[in-house]
Amino acid sequence: MNGSAPDAAVGEPATNEPATNDQVADGVAGGWHRLHPLSPLVRAGRHVAVILIIMLSGQVTRQQDGGTAGRYWEPAVVAMVVLVGVVSWLVTRWQIDNRTLRIETGLLRRSSQRYPLAQIQAIDLVESGLARLLGLAELRLRMAASTGTTGRLACLRKSDAEILRARLLALAHGVAEDAPPPPAQLLFAVSTRRLVASMVFGGWGTVQIFLAVGLTVVATVIPAAVGALGGAVAFAIGLATSFWRQFNSGFELTVSAAADGLHLRSGAVQTASETIPFGRVQAARLVEPLLWRPFGWCRLEVEVAGRRVRKENGPEGRQLRVILPVGDHDQARYLLSRLVPGAPAADRRAPARARWKTPLSYHFLAWGSSDRCVVATSGRLRRVTQWVPLEKVQSIRRVQGPFQRTLGLATLHLDTAGRSVHAKLTDLGIDDVDRQLSILPGLCRAARQSPYRP
Amino acid sequence: MTPCSVDDNDARCLPRPRDATSLLPSALTHSQRMDRMNDDQDWTAPSARLLAMRRTQLAVVAVPSAVTAGLLGAILGSTWLGAELALAIAAVAVIWERILHRRVKAWAYAERDDDLLVRQGIMVRRLSVVPYGRMQFVDITAGPFERMFGLATVRMHTAAAASDARIPGLAANEASRLRDALARLGEARAAGL
Repeated sequence: MNGSAPDAAVGEPATNEPATNDQVADGVAGGWHRLHPLSPLVRAGRHVAVILIIMLSGQVTRQQDGGTAGRYWEPAVVAMVVLVGVVSWLVTRWQIDNRTLRIETGLLRRSSQRYPLAQIQAIDLVESGLARLLGLAELRLRMAASTGTTGRLACLRKSDAEILRARLLALAHGVAEDAPPPPAQLLFAVSTRRLVASMVFGGWGTVQIFLAVGLTVVATVIPAAVGALGGAVAFAIGLATSFWRQFNSGFELTVSAAADGLHLRSGAVQTASETIPFGRVQAARLVEPLLWRPFGWCRLEVEVAGRRVRKENGPEGRQLRVILPVGDHDQARYLLSRLVPGAPAADRRAPARARWKTPLSYHFLAWGSSDRCVVATSGRLRRVTQWVPLEKVQSIRRVQGPFQRTLGLATLHLDTAGRSVHAKLTDLGIDDVDRQLSILPGLCRAARQSPYRP
Repeated sequence: MTPCSVDDNDARCLPRPRDATSLLPSALTHSQRMDRMNDDQDWTAPSARLLAMRRTQLAVVAVPSAVTAGLLGAILGSTWLGAELALAIAAVAVIWERILHRRVKAWAYAERDDDLLVRQGIMVRRLSVVPYGRMQFVDITAGPFERMFGLATVRMHTAAAASDARIPGLAANEASRLRDALARLGEARAAGL
């Protein structure tokens, strides 16, 4: 394994701390580097459970029929998995060259990826449970492409990964390469008690708990129904995983402000730390579920271009980045003012005649605009407020259905990059829509030409 | 390059006093206002051959189905039943042709200094404003029917999935002119994400 390793593998287990730092510094200057030798183990971590199940079931069948079936192919499978991991580690290398991160990988199908650092949207530092035990971390580079792959460096020694991330971000922002990582100023942390309370009350949490309690009651009262509950168990496991994921992503979340953006750190088992650069926020969304409103709680989410939909994360990837899982309005307003400066309040109501078209959500319909940002609120039970900075608007659409035409209303859409968020000013008076439609393109252009830089 | 009107009735209607008491403002007044705004622009309509193409597409579906239904009706029922079925399909096709006519008339685009306007739809009316600087790429597609009529569809893509700037039924040379113009303007005004 080590025989063919090139000169400077980052984080060779034997190297001591300062030497490793130097090597990362070399990595900025040039030269090829390897990932950490233990990374095949971490990357195979997901498959370990599968392998164990295969081995166990093999054992059970062997004990039952007393045969020797599978005695040879089981170790072979394990050996294959290990071999694949080691080979993929051997053929993977990375380099920083001329403000571009290059990753080469693949044995049969070589692929060479180039990530221009100037176009990085954000860099995440992810530590899965196993990686944490081994002191490793994975770097994920998020680029703007909507379908392209994320640059992944899995895994590096954690201290190296942190230094590398600071350097990559420095390069991305055109700061001097050896600039020290900017001191972060802690804004706030989310308390665990409030997080749990908010999950119980918020969104589907209440429904989930009712379902779980109901199922348990049914199962204990009617023992015969236990068999029929087999499907429900799988459902309950699904619920528990989604609950856990939500909890993990919000657990001990701390938000701190640094020169290059907001730093987020969270996680109970798998920790993730993420940097959201200022001026890269495409849209922000404030959600107030029905049951949260008595407590004055809200959730703040932002859309950053290139947040990849990861298969293994399931629906989580589709959601926006939550920067405030639960907090009060003052915290949300403060964060928002850092990310979307000059965000206006939604103080203009939809005209009363819009009640005929949207009777169920009319009570929340409102909008507001300034010369840098547009805001719209909507929602039936929960109130959703969306801010879109005008410098991020990709296109503007006016849509008018037949019923809206009768009422003299129209809907104005402001599209931003990505699929999940766009501001929708529902059911404005047609005069307002036409006025906005005539001034917004000019305002967007002006905002693009003088983008927000803190 | 004539500004094309969506609704020919507009000339007849009178301006409505702007009062908040009226809950249901008249539809005509509104479309008049809409056209007033649209008339500010120099709208270009797609090629006249687009309507011919849509009619051909309709005929290709309607004629065989009318003939088949007529024959089936005549064989399984009576000659009258066959004739009725064929006539019913023909009637639907004629009504659909009127809808197609109005739909084709509703398409229009305008190249402004900094953005492209695209207008479409009669029931649900849409107007898209796409700044040239936001353009990621332009593509031209031409299906078999479009090629038969020497037409092409130009579509301008932005980073937003919801953006919809599609112009169907452009004459082939106009399509490539528009593509080149859009590409040039997009490059000149390009802005990052």
